[in-house]
Amino acid sequence: MKDMSKKRIVATTGASTVAEAMRQINPDVVVAYPITPQTAIMENFSQFVANGIVNAEYVTVESEHSSMSACIGSSAAGARVMTATSSQGLALMHEMLYIASGMRLPIVMPNVNRALSAPINIHCDHSDSMGARDAGWIQIYSENAQEAYDNTLQAIRIAEDKRVMLPVMVNLDGFIISHGIEKVEFLEDEKVKNFVGEREPLLPLLDVNNPVTYGPFDGLGGFFMEHKKNQADAMERSREVILEVADEFAKISGRKYGFFEEYMLDDAEVAIVTLNSSAGTTKYVVDELRAKGLPVGLLKLRAFRPFPAKELAEALKHLKAVAVLDRAISPGFTGPLFGEIKSALFDLEKRPRLINFIYGLGGRDYTLHEASKAFETLMDVAKTGKAKKTMDYLGLKEVEVLA
Amino acid sequence: MEECTEIRWHARGGQGAVTAAKFLAETALASGKDIQAFPEYGPERMGAPIQAFTRIASTPISIYCPVENPNIVVVLDETLLDVVDVAKGLAKDGIILVNTADDPSDVKKRLGVKNGKVYTVNATSIAMDTLGKPIPNTPMIGALVKATGLIALDDVIDHFAASFSKKFSPQVLEGNLKAIERAYEEVTVNERLESR
Repeated sequence: MKDMSKKRIVATTGASTVAEAMRQINPDVVVAYPITPQTAIMENFSQFVANGIVNAEYVTVESEHSSMSACIGSSAAGARVMTATSSQGLALMHEMLYIASGMRLPIVMPNVNRALSAPINIHCDHSDSMGARDAGWIQIYSENAQEAYDNTLQAIRIAEDKRVMLPVMVNLDGFIISHGIEKVEFLEDEKVKNFVGEREPLLPLLDVNNPVTYGPFDGLGGFFMEHKKNQADAMERSREVILEVADEFAKISGRKYGFFEEYMLDDAEVAIVTLNSSAGTTKYVVDELRAKGLPVGLLKLRAFRPFPAKELAEALKHLKAVAVLDRAISPGFTGPLFGEIKSALFDLEKRPRLINFIYGLGGRDYTLHEASKAFETLMDVAKTGKAKKTMDYLGLKEVEVLA
Repeated sequence: MEECTEIRWHARGGQGAVTAAKFLAETALASGKDIQAFPEYGPERMGAPIQAFTRIASTPISIYCPVENPNIVVVLDETLLDVVDVAKGLAKDGIILVNTADDPSDVKKRLGVKNGKVYTVNATSIAMDTLGKPIPNTPMIGALVKATGLIALDDVIDHFAASFSKKFSPQVLEGNLKAIERAYEEVTVNERLESR
């Protein structure tokens, strides 16, 4: 076995990098329920438990509804708590997600993005996390295995900051990242330990000398609305915390994070806005097109909640045309991210033309070809000032499918 | 991301193609390259046709999509030649390496590939001799490094020994190393193999 106290560069999967982050965090409680493709995270972590190298209380439950319930109970008790899920699992947790955030519990949960049924599909898209958009969780997205590892470590600090006290979901693409092997750098155990520190619970349920109540009835004569405002205010305060934690993380890792990453964006005329692994593939095509002299760029969003609307408007305002890529669709509307980017740009006096591409649903490949096609359309929109279609699909098969 | 070598592995479930794709990536990582290795995420059943991919580059790799135009195709099971279009999308001047007792020029004819070199090695027979089991993945790595010059044989041997010395008994480890070396020696090409 390699010396895990040292900085290591390894070839490994996204799922095992998240498990490695969890080993280094060594939470008090980890709750597990299997669902593809998340299962690989908990499989890896359960080996650490079996080998006695973590001392987390490892709780296996009978559903994701129960896993989030167990997280809520242990987090309210004062423990540092983690679980992980995907797709149907996140959907089954849905009502408990609101309870976790409403009770201001700093639970950290990697979500391995996967499509929602029906039809049954185990592959990547972002319908799961987009459906949890308004659940009051901070949502962070990761391009690759390295970012999934880095974001998981940072999530602990963001969630537990006294200015925040909100749960954090760290998203990574199912299979593409969770099961693909790539080069990852792990920090030294000691550095991670110092970075994440220990949780200092605020009003823990198990402090019997100072009894408190969590989540009681709060009806018409109560303070429900004030609680919700407090929760929204905490989400606002998380903005500065996300940036502070990123700065501190850069000091120990050399890797810089913010609300989003700008790639060749400064002098670009057209750009793609996207989440997760498609950003990597897009970067390659940006390089190719730049070599041909085309003014293309990319903005990869990292923080989806809180949504950095002001900063996005500033970063995108000089562009002639922007394509927002959505790996999810809100039937009867557009892609969810598109609507949000559009609203972020509304207050600008001069706005770029905006188009929306739905791509990669149910794991449909987003290849160099799809990225090139998106840029080709964008260049045309920039030139003519008009978009033939506001919303279109990338990589759609040209066949009749039974409705 | 210049000089990215893309490899597509064809095999049947259980022949160790995913392990080979991963091992090759790890070996390249150890010699300072950036790497990716991933299977095609379809149904994985023993005996069913599967694909796996490896990318190796001297600069960071940022693409997260399947390999469409491989520089190298490795076929671990020759019965796949009639079932799967293994030459699909092969890059110009690409290489196809097949586990078979057949002559490379016959395989080239059978595949109908025009450009690109075809290499063959009888990896199953080598595996039977050295390991007593028809698991062709390790000898195919030996043949691959000879055919492509992608990594030095010594690096492969060293990395294999370091990775598996605890997992395998000394006999099994020795058998695998012998398999790699024998396949390295025995691989043949439809054109005379240039000395590297």
